[in-house]
Amino acid sequence: MNYYATVNNTLEFIKENALIVGIIAAFCVVAITVGMWKVFQKAGKHPWMAVIPFARDYTLTEIGSTGLIGVLAYVILPILGIINLNGIRYFYDLNKGASKPIYAILFVLGTIFLAIALFFHVLSSIKLSNAFEKGTGFLIGLILLPPVFLLILGLDQSKYVRSVSTSLGLKASRAISNTLIYIVLVIMAIIWLVPFVCIVLQSFRTESTWSVGYVLPKQWGFQNYVDLWNSNFKRWYLNTFIIALIVAALQTIIVLCMSYTLSRFRFKLRKGLMQFMLILGMFPGMLTMIILYRVLKDLGLTESHAVPGLVLVYIASSGMGYYVSKGFFDTIPKSLDEAARVDGATRAQVLYKIILPLAKPIVIYTILTAFMAPWGDFVFAKYVSFEDPVGMNVAVGLWKWLTPDMINQRYTMFCAGGVIVAIPVAVLFMCLQKYYVEGVTGGAVKG
Amino acid sequence: MKRYTDMEYLRLPKGRKLLYKIAAFFCAIPRALKNGALGIVRAIGNFFRSIGLEFADIFKTFVNGDWKTKLSFFVMGFGNIARGQILRGLLFLLFEAAFIFYMIFAGAKWLSMLPSLGKVGPHEVYNAVLDTHTTEYGDNSFKILLYGVLTVFFIVAFIYTWRVNIKQNKIAEQILKSGKPLKSGKDDLRSLVDDSFHRTLLALPLTGILIFTVMPIVFMILVAFTNYSGSNDGYFNSLFTWVGLENFNTVLSWNGSGGVYSATFGEVLTWTLIWAFFATFTNYFLGMFVAMMINKKGIRLKKVWRTILVLTIAIPQFISLLYVSKMFDKNGIVNGLLKDLGIIDHVIDFWGSTAHDAILPRVMVIVINIWIGIPYLMLIATGILMNIPADLYESAKIDGASGWKQFSKITLPYMLFITGPYLLTSFTGNMNNFNVIYLLTGGNPINNAASSAAGSVGYTDLLITWLFKITTTTGTKYYMASVIGILVFIVVALISLVVYNVLPSIKNEEDFQ
Repeated sequence: MNYYATVNNTLEFIKENALIVGIIAAFCVVAITVGMWKVFQKAGKHPWMAVIPFARDYTLTEIGSTGLIGVLAYVILPILGIINLNGIRYFYDLNKGASKPIYAILFVLGTIFLAIALFFHVLSSIKLSNAFEKGTGFLIGLILLPPVFLLILGLDQSKYVRSVSTSLGLKASRAISNTLIYIVLVIMAIIWLVPFVCIVLQSFRTESTWSVGYVLPKQWGFQNYVDLWNSNFKRWYLNTFIIALIVAALQTIIVLCMSYTLSRFRFKLRKGLMQFMLILGMFPGMLTMIILYRVLKDLGLTESHAVPGLVLVYIASSGMGYYVSKGFFDTIPKSLDEAARVDGATRAQVLYKIILPLAKPIVIYTILTAFMAPWGDFVFAKYVSFEDPVGMNVAVGLWKWLTPDMINQRYTMFCAGGVIVAIPVAVLFMCLQKYYVEGVTGGAVKG
Repeated sequence: MKRYTDMEYLRLPKGRKLLYKIAAFFCAIPRALKNGALGIVRAIGNFFRSIGLEFADIFKTFVNGDWKTKLSFFVMGFGNIARGQILRGLLFLLFEAAFIFYMIFAGAKWLSMLPSLGKVGPHEVYNAVLDTHTTEYGDNSFKILLYGVLTVFFIVAFIYTWRVNIKQNKIAEQILKSGKPLKSGKDDLRSLVDDSFHRTLLALPLTGILIFTVMPIVFMILVAFTNYSGSNDGYFNSLFTWVGLENFNTVLSWNGSGGVYSATFGEVLTWTLIWAFFATFTNYFLGMFVAMMINKKGIRLKKVWRTILVLTIAIPQFISLLYVSKMFDKNGIVNGLLKDLGIIDHVIDFWGSTAHDAILPRVMVIVINIWIGIPYLMLIATGILMNIPADLYESAKIDGASGWKQFSKITLPYMLFITGPYLLTSFTGNMNNFNVIYLLTGGNPINNAASSAAGSVGYTDLLITWLFKITTTTGTKYYMASVIGILVFIVVALISLVVYNVLPSIKNEEDFQ
């Protein structure tokens, strides 16, 4: 409790003695700038770097030869420290009234960042005093009162020594860079997870159904999921599931036929066919939508009967996506085929008995991507279903819930729906991740 | 531009080297274009030459062939049947019968109407029984165009089959002359799973592509030369007709009523290219950076970091995109949090509402696209980085290369070399990245000046979302959409052509192997 009071008292003190604090601050700024100017001159760097905010810290670390690590310490971490200041302030404010856990989190994070920034400050001070061959006393001064001692360092007779044999070995510097990487990774992990955590939390919010500016629900409950069960969502989910299953099966067969043929057979039009499909792929696929819609409409496969229509559209042109699996088939040695052919197998038998068992990873990759695509398809589904309540897939249905005239009633239901859609797909993906990675990297390497 | 030899180039100072490289790249573009154009001209020449040869061959076959062959010119498959290849002959005969039947009863009609796209539009007719005027519908331009295209396809297919039929007669004659037996129907069927197994395998995929991709694209290219739109829908409201190059004039001319269109097209194209550039390269370098961080020696929990990032791939994109777009809404979580923290007093309108704040939404879509794209690049880069021979790094370390040197001299060139083609496809893919733009901003903020004439177009609209809006919002000018589609194709094709001719991984393929 006292800690927060101290912080508050300090803030109060600053407010009351604004003039003195201002003068001291101005002195510090001037002293640091002048000190750095001189230090830079001595070290043979551009002295005017001392007035450019971040460049100045960078040059300082260059002199101490802390390298990239020092830059990170000086530039990024102080910014993060600001979060901490806000954390403290609000933690104190809210300590009097209602408290919000998010501030505690920010406070803890910010404190960690500040501590690390301090660590690097100490580190670069060590390096700097080493570079000018100063003693321990001076080092302590540089750590505690940077403005004053930087000024001294700049003005006194000491010389810059280029060979910096620091006490910090290779091991320590690796530890430092690893620490920094961990920090970046943790921050990234938070950024990547936040939307998904938020959507799960909001799906349990029952006090209101519209979009709000806070994360933690005030009342928890399963109301949104119950509402979801009573809405058309069931139908959309089933539509999408059926589409995904059929597409996964048929598309896999088509893609495998296509890629196997293009990889293994050398027939007259092979090159021409591949070039032709490359050129076809440069047309925006959306162009074909207008006519496909009219044709499907004549066949009665739009709006409430959109499911077969969509299946047709998805699988019909799937042969064009043969690149990745063709790349895989290319890696299976041809001598296997030839050996089997010598033993009297037909081409078809070679495919079923020899190649397919070897191609398991790419088959799984194809099934996985074919199954996942219909869950996310938006354009064709929107066009073909024409936003008909029973013909839509989940993507269009949930998109519709976020349009301006529905969002206030459906926002939390959207979150619940998103969770229900995401969980099975994500679990499936995570289980088969290995195959996906193989396919993606193989495909990219071969182009 | 002065060209340096390799030795001269190596002696240049660092900055000059870079300048030289850039200059060389741009100097290569005209040459690449010229080569491409020459290639096209040559291809056209070859095409006509081969057609001439075909005609000569047909003529020779007719003159030299026996009576069976001669009759086959008119009754397809006759020669096959007469020589005992009943199955083949019957198929040919059946195809010819079907073709003639179709042409008499439908094809001829559609074909004759194709030049006019229908003459009788919907009109009022006096109904004597009800004593009122009722609307009677006439021709259907859409169907005429569609079936006209199909008929042309059919005719082409027929000509091809006819040619194959003649060729087979010629070959059969030769085989019989040399005293060998012809293939029986049984042999033909067996070859479908053996020697010509590729035909069996390709039949289904290619049919699908032909009907659902090639045909629609041909159709839509033709639509660009008509005035097909919501009001000229070809049946209910009024017919549509050919208008020649008028639509292209509207989009590409800089004066008159087309001025708005051409200006809008220029604006949207510029933004599309900027977007594609940033979306591709920010993802590429940041993804590579992240992959390097995770792969670094001594970093633990590699799997955990990867799994967390891969979540954005695992979860259907529309959920994350829609949710993130609402997070940054005026009353969304991000604004709420920033306000609670006291960092801002007024909400930030991330998605913008007027032309003034068009920059912020543009930056936002690029930033959020980084969030979406880093995991893919991380996966790809991880795979490639692991393949770089470790001894390269070791020898570099012994020579005293710093971390940055190692990256810029080993890692980056290797990555760029391997992923060159991928960069190209991801650039063109980003140009047509519908989902990210449409689900995040919907193309907003609206560009009011352009929207009145060019369909509701916004500042974050790419060509592809603009195209979508033209086909769905009021006016539904399909002809404009297809003009833009064709222009997109031309831009993408040009970029691909130039890059493919300049790309190192295609020029010197053996460098890194």
